[in-house]
Amino acid sequence: MTEIGLGHYLTLGAVIFSIGTIGIFLNRKNIIVILMSIELILLAVNINLVSFSIFLGDIAGQVFTLFILTVAAAEAAIGLAIIVVYYRNSGTIRVEEIDKLKG
Amino acid sequence: MIAHSIFFYFFSIIAVVSAIMVTVSKNTVHSVFFLILDFISISCLFIMIGAEFLGMMMLIVYVGAVAVLFLFVVMMLNVAQQKNQWFASEESSKHIPVGLIISILIFFELIIVIGGWKYKPDLFDLNNSITNASVNNTQSLGQVLYTDYIHVFQISGMILLVAMIGAIVLTFRKREGVKTQSYLKQISRERSEGVEVLDVETNKGVKIDD
Repeated sequence: MTEIGLGHYLTLGAVIFSIGTIGIFLNRKNIIVILMSIELILLAVNINLVSFSIFLGDIAGQVFTLFILTVAAAEAAIGLAIIVVYYRNSGTIRVEEIDKLKG
Repeated sequence: MIAHSIFFYFFSIIAVVSAIMVTVSKNTVHSVFFLILDFISISCLFIMIGAEFLGMMMLIVYVGAVAVLFLFVVMMLNVAQQKNQWFASEESSKHIPVGLIISILIFFELIIVIGGWKYKPDLFDLNNSITNASVNNTQSLGQVLYTDYIHVFQISGMILLVAMIGAIVLTFRKREGVKTQSYLKQISRERSEGVEVLDVETNKGVKIDD
């Protein structure tokens, strides 16, 4: 068992980031799970920032993690509000039935 | 050091498994619970690595606010009754292999980046130690947050305000047929339209509402 270094934390961040992107692509359920996958991706970014900040001895990474936390909270609130409005208007939040924009 | 390794692998395995369960589990309420577990284990990792303030902030903001918000919305929207199968139709599952390939490519790119950092020889010579060892994590964070990053800090406050107003405006609706107070109407009432002074003649009385 080797010593836990920067590489271990970065690998953890990479794994969680990839799981988040897979969650976005594979999702066939409702759109809330996509929002949760975005939260996972932001979490992985936070892991990277904090581990670089600790191992390189610079506090700026943790400051930016704080701002990412703020933006993530705002994004979750706005996204969930949009989902609630969409559900009220169309009665579904399944991913494949959300095709009003014809994209 | 061996305890550090054990705790790191413990928390990171819990984090990875619960992250997988967030995307895989069929019940959306279960995925919210696994998201909470993920946040908790990552914040334990943060506390373990020495970023105590951020670990506590993650617990408060994510577990206390964001995950509970998700839980409320999941329970309000009644998504449990919707069919939650994995591959809904042939047409919609066409893009799944492409998505998998892209995700795996992203993963290997990140791993290659980590390898580059690992074998960069003068990596840890960067340790010019802006952080001071005599103050703790929260104190050193506060020292730069309110001085060097004060504008960014205030902008993030504005972002939260805009998000709050936006969420309220998006979900606000006027219901029909509900009797509510109209403050404007109440305030703008005056004496002349509310009270009428009449001369009452004896033995005649007053007719009301004529």
